[in-house]
Amino acid sequence: MACCVDGLDDTNEGRKPVTTTSAEPTRRDFLYIATASVGAVGVAAALVPLIAAMNPDASTIAAGAPIEVDLGPIAEGQVIKVFWRGKPIFVSHRTKKEIEEARSVNLASLPDPQPDDKRVKEGKPQWQVLIGICTHLGCIPIAHSGQYNGYFCPCHGSVYDTSGRIRSGPAPTNLPLPPYEFVSDSKIRIG
Amino acid sequence: MMRSILAAVLAASLLGVAPQLASAADDTPPPPRQKWSFSGPFGKFDRAQVQRGFKVYREVCAVCHGLDLVSFRNLGQPGALGYSEAQVKQIASEYKIKDGPNDQGEMFEREGRPADRFPRPWANENAARVQYNAVPPDLSVMAKARTYERGFPWFIFDIFTQYQENGPDYLVALLTGYEDKAPAGVTLPPTLSYNKYFPGHAIAMPKPMEDGRVTYEDGSPQTLAQYSKDVTAFLMWTAEPHMEARKRIGFQVMIFLLVFAGLLYFVKQKVWYDVKAGRI
Amino acid sequence: MSGHSTYQPQNAFMKWMERRLPIAGLIHSSFVAYPTPRNLNYWWTFGGILTFLLGMQIVTGIILVMHYTPHADMAFNSVEHIMRDVNYGWLLRYLHSNGASMFFVAVYIHMFRGMYYGSYKEPREVLWILGVILYLLMMATGFLGYTLPWGQMSFWGATVITNFFSAIPVVGESVVTWLWGGYSVGNPTLQRFFSLHYLLPFVIVGLVVLHVWALHVVGQNNPTGIEPKSAKDTVPFTPYATVKDAFFMMCFCVVFAWFVFYMPNYLGHADNYIPANPAVTPLHIVPEWYYLPFYAILRAIPNKLMGVVALGGSIVILAFLPWLDTSKVRSANYRPLFRQFFWIFVLVCLGLGWLGAKPAEGGYVIAARILTIYYFAHFIIILPLLGWIEKTKPLPNSISESILKEGLPAGGSGPAPTVSKH
Repeated sequence: MACCVDGLDDTNEGRKPVTTTSAEPTRRDFLYIATASVGAVGVAAALVPLIAAMNPDASTIAAGAPIEVDLGPIAEGQVIKVFWRGKPIFVSHRTKKEIEEARSVNLASLPDPQPDDKRVKEGKPQWQVLIGICTHLGCIPIAHSGQYNGYFCPCHGSVYDTSGRIRSGPAPTNLPLPPYEFVSDSKIRIG
Repeated sequence: MMRSILAAVLAASLLGVAPQLASAADDTPPPPRQKWSFSGPFGKFDRAQVQRGFKVYREVCAVCHGLDLVSFRNLGQPGALGYSEAQVKQIASEYKIKDGPNDQGEMFEREGRPADRFPRPWANENAARVQYNAVPPDLSVMAKARTYERGFPWFIFDIFTQYQENGPDYLVALLTGYEDKAPAGVTLPPTLSYNKYFPGHAIAMPKPMEDGRVTYEDGSPQTLAQYSKDVTAFLMWTAEPHMEARKRIGFQVMIFLLVFAGLLYFVKQKVWYDVKAGRI
Repeated sequence: MSGHSTYQPQNAFMKWMERRLPIAGLIHSSFVAYPTPRNLNYWWTFGGILTFLLGMQIVTGIILVMHYTPHADMAFNSVEHIMRDVNYGWLLRYLHSNGASMFFVAVYIHMFRGMYYGSYKEPREVLWILGVILYLLMMATGFLGYTLPWGQMSFWGATVITNFFSAIPVVGESVVTWLWGGYSVGNPTLQRFFSLHYLLPFVIVGLVVLHVWALHVVGQNNPTGIEPKSAKDTVPFTPYATVKDAFFMMCFCVVFAWFVFYMPNYLGHADNYIPANPAVTPLHIVPEWYYLPFYAILRAIPNKLMGVVALGGSIVILAFLPWLDTSKVRSANYRPLFRQFFWIFVLVCLGLGWLGAKPAEGGYVIAARILTIYYFAHFIIILPLLGWIEKTKPLPNSISESILKEGLPAGGSGPAPTVSKH
């Protein structure tokens, strides 16, 4: 408080605007509420650009356009890793044995039950495309490893089978599938 | 008393200075004012004009000048040239983009994609210097990177009239300001050209185009003056691709501020009413 | 912030809190109950406007940093990336660049208001000096920020300003090399400028706290320049000053928005849209408009060292203003002679600003010399002498009396002279 002015502290009481007529308060209250509302709208509107600026920018979105992957060079039993939107995508050329293993599992025993044929494109069970990010906390699992010779996440020990389904460990769900389609028999477009 | 003495001293000194001030101006004429669809608070790009300008850029300017900051996808974004996604893809595919390395470790050329930027017409600055005797400047922000001196008091009026097309006006003047022969008494270094509006007049860029150089499909006059205006409008868009959004949002912000300030004024009057009336 | 607080906590939690950390009480006594002279005019709203602008610069700056790359090879393109690709990036960048200009508009009005009403005089000397330090920090921050887009003006502005230090005898060259982190302005310079540009605003925030603290200890000056004598002379900060500040802040924002949305590059320089080129100096190199008067003073003096000394002195002399002005009367409203010299001084500053943008040749230099001499004479000769020779008008007995007798000076919003008091 201002030290150089004596006796001010106890005089602020009653300094609020004094209501003089009975008709005035409603008009006054309406004005105050309207002003506060308009101010609140202004603050909210000012937040929009600040928040939007932290979303992916136009160049990032453009760079996230679909990519095409040539399946020709991928040998049977091989898993390759490509990047789409900064995420690793596993493209696996599964062997007959791997497909069989994936299809003979008792679905009821799975933490996240899902049949293998729902995880590949119809008529192309040998091609499996997965987002290679562990559903636990985002590490990248290692292919052809773990108890089911599927994927094993070294960070916290989640084990996935050859269909990318979670079998044991802390991960809650199966490895997700990216949107993709077959452009031809030997080419897919991811995204 | 002291004030009048000082005023007199100041006035005298400024008067004495005035003739020298005048001599400080050089002989470059100010660029003529153009009419622009994008000027003023509600200005928008004339789609047909910027599309024509883009054609001029591709067929004339792009031989030497890059557009490094512009991507093909920008051509189709809101407030841009008005192209559809398919048209943008088509335009992009007409360019060859260097990409790589591929699996064999080699660089290769492929068709352009919307996310690619306009490729530069030369490999590096030294190569450009060998080829053109100078490095042709990038045109991405050229319309904002050039201006001319407005001088007192015009620069104050400009705040109120929102005149800010100094850059575009200069570019049109430059493109139309070539003279085949330097005036008598001026000797140009070899490889340079004479331009009325270029500071110093000796410009490395030769006269870039003449009437009829580019074919327009929409029946616009195929003249140097029209080409210059169109390509400048296109370059204004490349320099300020979000200009239409800026002016639109600006109008909304202005309305908001005026309403809010008005409300606050009445609140202030109410709050201060009793103080002013002497009741407090 | 001395004395006890009148704040009464309303609920149990606030009572619990108030015994442990009386922050609500501090805010209440500083920004609610704080008594403010009832006759303040709109020139007194610029402190609030400056606080708002400081906050806005920090918020927009923090978002811009998320997209900016402080590297000589990438800085220019990363700014253009912000302008083109980042959502509302153009808005944030134009708010930040024009916000810097508006910051200086507001601070100049704030300073000239202080000069006009003698706000620097006893007991507000420390408050004023803190303000001068804040102004210096603002200039440093503004300069550092202007280098970040790494355009031609950024690069050559950085070169010219850092070369001021080469005027220091003996060690000058070594100091400049140290500032650059190299043998010329380059990437190391840009990176340290970026680091300091991010640091200084928070130093400014700290000093603003001191500035406001000092203000609340001595209380606000007012258009009469006489201290409030009784409760009748003041009103509580909230709602009276808050709503008035808010109203005028919005008016200021209209001007701000005019530049941001309709002519965002008017206050900048076209050359800064040309990427930095160490091989070519722009034909006509000028600083941002807010430094122009000082740039004119620098160039008015033919000797390198003396030019830099004059430039520094023109700012440092402000800190001595409380002692250079010998008059006991604060407000120019009661100092007819001072009032005239004040306006001449304003014109001289504007004139220097105009000359700072002109080439340093011929008549411009002569004019700049005359005005530079006048600038210093205002502080060293005119102000000390005025205190002796000026016959001031009689001061009112109190703020309330002044309102009753004369109404308020132009721009005031106090009661109309006709209303009766109590």
